[in-house]
Amino acid sequence: MNLELQGITKRFGSLVANDHIDLSIAPGTIHALLGENGAGKSTLMNILYGLLQPDEGKILVDGQPITVQSPKDALAAGIGMVHQHFMLVPVFTVAENVALGHEETKPLGWLDRRRMRAKVRQLSEQYGLRVDPDALTEDLPVGVQQRVEILKALVRDAQVLILDEPTAVLTPGETEDLFRIMRELRAGGKGVVFISHKLKEVQAIADTVTILRRGQVVGERPPSTSEDELAALMVGRNVQLRVSKTAATPGRVVLDVSDLKVATTQVLVPGEEAALAVNGLTFRVRAGEILGIAGVQGNGQTELCEALMGLLPVTEGGIHLNDRDITGASPRDRLRAGVGYIPEDRQQDGLVSSFAVAENIVLDTYDRAPYASGVALKLGAIRQTATERLAEYDIRAQSIDTPVGTLSGGNQQKVILAREVGRDLTLLLASQPTRGLDVGSIEFVHRRIIEERDRGVAVVLVSSELDEIYALSDRIAIMYEGRFTGFRPPDVPVEELGLLMAGIDGSATPEVPEAPGIREADEAVEAAEDPGAGGAAGVEGAARASEAGGREADGADRAGGATSEGPGTEAK
Amino acid sequence: MTTLAVAGRSSLSIGRRWVAPAAFLLLALIDIFFFAHYAHKGDATLAFSQPFAKVTVPNLALPGRATAYVMGGLSVVLAAARALELGKVARRASIGLVLFFFVIALLCWAYAGSSNTFNVINQFQGTLADSIPLILGALAGCLCERAGVINIAIEGQLLIGAFAGAIFASAFGTLWLGIIAGSAAGGLVSLLLGVFAIAYLVDQVILGVVLNVFVSGLTGYLYDKLLVPYANTLNSPSTYLPIKIPLLGDIPIIGPVFFDSTLFLYITYILVAAVQIGLFKTAWGLRVRAVGEHPQAADTVGISVKLTRYRNVILAGLIAGIGGAFLTIGSVGSFGKDMSSGRGYIALAAVIFGRWTPLGSVGAALLFGFAFELQSILSTINVPIGSYFLLMVPYVATIIAVAGLVGQVRAPAADGQPYVKA
Repeated sequence: MNLELQGITKRFGSLVANDHIDLSIAPGTIHALLGENGAGKSTLMNILYGLLQPDEGKILVDGQPITVQSPKDALAAGIGMVHQHFMLVPVFTVAENVALGHEETKPLGWLDRRRMRAKVRQLSEQYGLRVDPDALTEDLPVGVQQRVEILKALVRDAQVLILDEPTAVLTPGETEDLFRIMRELRAGGKGVVFISHKLKEVQAIADTVTILRRGQVVGERPPSTSEDELAALMVGRNVQLRVSKTAATPGRVVLDVSDLKVATTQVLVPGEEAALAVNGLTFRVRAGEILGIAGVQGNGQTELCEALMGLLPVTEGGIHLNDRDITGASPRDRLRAGVGYIPEDRQQDGLVSSFAVAENIVLDTYDRAPYASGVALKLGAIRQTATERLAEYDIRAQSIDTPVGTLSGGNQQKVILAREVGRDLTLLLASQPTRGLDVGSIEFVHRRIIEERDRGVAVVLVSSELDEIYALSDRIAIMYEGRFTGFRPPDVPVEELGLLMAGIDGSATPEVPEAPGIREADEAVEAAEDPGAGGAAGVEGAARASEAGGREADGADRAGGATSEGPGTEAK
Repeated sequence: MTTLAVAGRSSLSIGRRWVAPAAFLLLALIDIFFFAHYAHKGDATLAFSQPFAKVTVPNLALPGRATAYVMGGLSVVLAAARALELGKVARRASIGLVLFFFVIALLCWAYAGSSNTFNVINQFQGTLADSIPLILGALAGCLCERAGVINIAIEGQLLIGAFAGAIFASAFGTLWLGIIAGSAAGGLVSLLLGVFAIAYLVDQVILGVVLNVFVSGLTGYLYDKLLVPYANTLNSPSTYLPIKIPLLGDIPIIGPVFFDSTLFLYITYILVAAVQIGLFKTAWGLRVRAVGEHPQAADTVGISVKLTRYRNVILAGLIAGIGGAFLTIGSVGSFGKDMSSGRGYIALAAVIFGRWTPLGSVGAALLFGFAFELQSILSTINVPIGSYFLLMVPYVATIIAVAGLVGQVRAPAADGQPYVKA
């Protein structure tokens, strides 16, 4: 069965999730759909599976246009899907889950369990799935549950199988197993759509690779294409947004992270050790500098931020803030210590969407003066602050009583900024701070972040947008599979960055866990008797050093490399 | 994390391990120090046949005090045994036995030295009759909750079924019309539940309570305005008479209990079997359970979640309505205000205690029915305990039984959650 998508367009409000996408899936091939989170891969596949309706475009099966208004239509047309979150009833047996909606029955609707089981066994053997039809689904490891999902599609005689980020939940061993099954499916003449953002996997298994970025197809390549080319296509190198900023003047070390390890939030198999999402990071961030952490989404950035904020437990290693050990401190302690946090998912983690703008603005300080006395809230003070912030941050809301959930994404982000940046900070963690925002809001957010830096706040910026990394960072760390593959100055060529993001250390340049030449400043601080004078000298030294680093990255790199320690140097 | 979870579970089970033996011991102590100690001298007589039965079974005379002591002693032994590791079957059997001993000890105390005899057949007949509305209500609960809709409105469905059953049977003089009308009225209340819960996503617990209050108010008003002034035409239905099933009905003990009753009991048998088999042996049931556990999974394989839920909710109302009709035309005849008196809520408890399975809920409903009947029989023989207290004791025993029997209760995962397509 030849499946073709023509000019598929899907809009959500002003956001174009899919922009005239053409795609053709031939039988007996594995077609990879590569793109970052939010590139529109899942939207496209949900359209194909009938979970969403396209605004424009057609779906053709063997040249004949079909309408897919529900999963039922898709299944009837021979399209099956393995969802990222499995659509399995946990308390059912494998055979029951596979048969659901497509039951084998005797007269009067009586279930024919024997035939249901036999069918599972037969397909399981044919494609090497190794699934026991009588096992209770919730007792199965994730990898096996995924195979049950595949069986569900096969039992309905699906000719095209969509696998939505199938490896995201798998251990490396399970991934190998899945690839073996995918090859068997291909050999059986099925068309397989493999959605992923992992370059290596795509190269290992796909026959064709289509790259999506911001809802558009930006290219179709053979899997032999180099990783850096794929990475560059995926992340893009559009016109850079320019925010004017002066050179950084880094001061004393604010954040000192040593050999940090954080386990993933997903426990894959009960009883099994969780994998490490952050696997030995060592870095320092100084007052008045922005450390940009670049990388393809899903390489441990989220876990890093949450561990820094105290939302995830640290498995190993330490976090020091202004020489104070905060490794085990609660999020509230960290807030009090002057850490600001702009979370990646603003609706989920950043705001209480049913609360008013004013309430969201004081969400972290509501229990202290001037907003509270004893157990009572001082509503007047809260309203006054909220009104001021509304004007200061140009938040377009009807009033401070408007529920924050009704605001646009840009205004929601400004509410978070107003809260986090509105108090005196020593460290700002900004994770994907401009995701999904319009150009105007992006500029606003960028400007505020730079203002904070200039005020002497240490900033950690995590972004998968290279434009943003280039626009803001004073130093760039590149993260790949829980480790830093390198530190680079902000004028590093995009090709080199792409290689590092793909986990390839193309150049032999040594790593720079410190800002170039900062050691001098450190020594100046230590040498000085009077801390005040020393601090001033340090800042001067740092300024000089960072200028030097900017002009002659090579020399500075060598200087930094000579003094650096830690696992960064071992990264490949 | 995993070790934590394991540790948490094992400490919980250590706590649980001592609940059952302690409860057993408590019942044993009541057997010995209350029932046996305060029993009058003389025998307690249990009768196993009804007057004029074709085949009679001789009465059983138990020495009251001695029997109660024996019962208490056996319970102590069981409590000790329970403290050891027992298999699943042995655990369940031990709970049944302890409760059985408790009831025997109670009867010995109540009837020792008395000229009254305790008629076991009457007790069981009454148990089944009392259980009919509970069982049908519980079936309604199972049908709804298995599809993911919480049905608190069982009470209202029973009440309106009783009301409609009485009026229609009385006005038209046809009993079967009463059953149909009661059933239809229950279905209508269910339809309201369905529309608001499924289409308008109203909180189902609140909705159910509101519907109960609504039905109570509506039937109460109509009772005052219609049934009282026109009582002769509208509120004096005849009632169903027992039908004895040939042969089966003549078996000693079993016959009179199970096969000599009104049409309602036979309908209940059929419905219990139909719902149990339907839910667990048919394609329909598989789909219903999928909708209640993981509606999205059902949706993605082409099963309409809303349609399934509507169908089940309405079906549930039709069944509960029959249970309501029993209260009037199967039992006392005329309708009285709020005559369902909490049976709907007890049916709901039976659903949960029965782990959302029809057979389990029937078991729980029978336990409750047994308690009702025992209380009503004991209250007629001047037992020196307040009747409310008597009413309470079996419930306490039931709760203990359930705490030991049911173990981890797990509701359908999507129970009470409205389904909105992504």
